[in-house]
Amino acid sequence: MDAKLLQRELLELTTRVLEEGVIDKQFLEIQTLRDEDNPNFTDEVVALFFEDAQKLINEITKALEQGQNYVDFGKISADAHQLKGISASVGAKRITDLCIAFRGFCDQLISEGSLQQLHYEFSLTKNKIESIFKLEKQILAAGGMLPGM
Amino acid sequence: MTIVAEPQFHVLAVDDSIIDRKLIERLLKTSSFQVTTVDSGSKALEFLGLVEQEEEEQQQQQTSSTSGLSSYHQEIEVNLVITDYCMPGMTGYDLLKKIKESSSLKNIPVIIMSSENAPSRISRCLEEGADEFLLKPVKLSDMKKLRPHILKGKCKDQQKQHQKITCSIDITAAPSPTLVAGSASKRKSMEDDTLAPQRTRARFSSETLTVII
Repeated sequence: MDAKLLQRELLELTTRVLEEGVIDKQFLEIQTLRDEDNPNFTDEVVALFFEDAQKLINEITKALEQGQNYVDFGKISADAHQLKGISASVGAKRITDLCIAFRGFCDQLISEGSLQQLHYEFSLTKNKIESIFKLEKQILAAGGMLPGM
Repeated sequence: MTIVAEPQFHVLAVDDSIIDRKLIERLLKTSSFQVTTVDSGSKALEFLGLVEQEEEEQQQQQTSSTSGLSSYHQEIEVNLVITDYCMPGMTGYDLLKKIKESSSLKNIPVIIMSSENAPSRISRCLEEGADEFLLKPVKLSDMKKLRPHILKGKCKDQQKQHQKITCSIDITAAPSPTLVAGSASKRKSMEDDTLAPQRTRARFSSETLTVII
């Protein structure tokens, strides 16, 4: 009796989690790979996934915390790609989709000139303009005229 | 002669992800395949290279006209290679190329798995000789696609073997691969496969010989 109630509860829970898009059919596929000889297969695979996923998320977090001039978006993109792969393998749908978006964002930043380059170009531009202003002030102080005046 | 209804074929699975390796191994075993998994293309070549090395030894024995079947025992035969495309170092594509460029390995069917559904990638692989391209995550139903490729390859080998035997004079001699194999080193490996004393191939070889005799 208890087992029957629990089974219904499991079905309802699984259906809900599926509907929420947290897991997809791939997760169910993995569950069907269990048999008498390999009853813990799903647990083992998912445990590996949690371990690997946590590591990758930690790596991505660390990379983003490197200080704005040194963020390696290439590495973040690669880590996100790996995370996407293992998430898709176990049916963790929402994480998979998030990784795709994440990667797209990183690739965009890489192709449009990364954040580092933005900082660099800003510093460079600032320096060069300040050099121009400095000279102009010197010219004026020396009684000279500025071009365009 | 016992006929084995479902020969167990040996699949070499290559993937750098431990999760995917675990999954593909389970999928393959559930589908009655014998499985070896490796985590890189270079390890795969190393594993397959065992076959190549033994082929070279066999060739040396042939040229010195000894029926050296006893010293040559093909321990590891791989009937199909299934590999991930995206791997660090040697990609699945690189591995595919290396296999298809090898005289002894090129007849092994190769299947590529990838999470990216990129038409250019797919056609590139197929052009290079991949027998199939599977989209990840791979499912149990995908495993049904493997056997036809293995059997197709074996059929080709059997036909070649058949032709070779009809041309050979020493048909009544002991069924040693050295006598029947002839000079074409390209086909040699596959012929040796069919004559080596293993369950699946013994079936093919005895049938082939019986038909001729």
